Amino acid sequence: MHIQVNGESRGVNHGTTVAVLLRDLNIRVDRVAVELNLEILAKDDFDTRFLQEGDRLEILSFIGGGAV
Amino acid sequence: MDAHDRLVIAGHEFKSRLWVGTGKYKDFIETQKAIEASGADVVTVAVRRVNITDRSRENLLDYIDPKKYTILPNTAGCYTVEDALRYARLARAAGVSDLVKLEVLGDEKTLFPDTVGLLEAARILVKEGFIVLPYTNDDPIVAKKLVDIGCPAVMPLAAPIGSGLGIRNPYNLKIIMETVKVPIIVDAGVGTASDAALAMEYGAEAVLMNTAIAGAQDPLAMAEAMKYAVWAGRLAFKAGRISRKLYATASSPIEGML
Repeated sequence: MHIQVNGESRGVNHGTTVAVLLRDLNIRVDRVAVELNLEILAKDDFDTRFLQEGDRLEILSFIGGGAV
Repeated sequence: MDAHDRLVIAGHEFKSRLWVGTGKYKDFIETQKAIEASGADVVTVAVRRVNITDRSRENLLDYIDPKKYTILPNTAGCYTVEDALRYARLARAAGVSDLVKLEVLGDEKTLFPDTVGLLEAARILVKEGFIVLPYTNDDPIVAKKLVDIGCPAVMPLAAPIGSGLGIRNPYNLKIIMETVKVPIIVDAGVGTASDAALAMEYGAEAVLMNTAIAGAQDPLAMAEAMKYAVWAGRLAFKAGRISRKLYATASSPIEGML
């Protein structure tokens, strides 16, 4: 199935959780925020939220910036 | 600096009265060195998409240890209340801080705050338990409203972000400091060390800057200059300056002259 991750289409297996996807992407969970279909997920939910066809996932972190 | 002269905002105690941004540096090493040279212990950061195609790109927080620095996420780049709320909530969900430097910008050319949107967003985020530090205009009435809403500090601009124009309206800043009873942190517009010192002499509790350091020809040297400027300004404020007089007052006694 396909989902959108940070605006890009990506194929994932059925039964993939948010935590599994983050691990596959080599992303540390401690400093990221994840939004699934505009819902911000608590970190505790990463293990239990399964991805569905057409899901829109946003993975964000901190970057350099003072203002703008 | 007097070790007892600590800045406390909503239970968070800060050693440094210079707060810095992390944008516009050449690389993370320069960012890290400049922050060290500035002595700042509050570092503001933006929230953006993780680059998932190029995972070799490093993480800013590998260079700025959240255990050592207070990370102050900002909502930079947000022009609507909805966006500012979304970014603030994402920042908190990342689990590093419950502080937010709230920006709701009104216009790309000036980057002046949209104070109507700012008040609305601040009201919602305070209710959600955020410690909201709002980037606002040098408007005493808006500053008062932000405090009434529950902001534990107010961050008025000195001049437009990145402009380096220095304090454009010292009288408004003075009025804000006399009007509200929370710490005032002058945010944006500082160009060089004297601007930072002046802000502190007026009675600001801290100064937040980014471009003045990152954009200097020698960022590390400017970071150090800003550290001393903020110290000097703070000490001068606490010392209490002499009043201005039109005519001279002799420092040496007349008595004993020939």
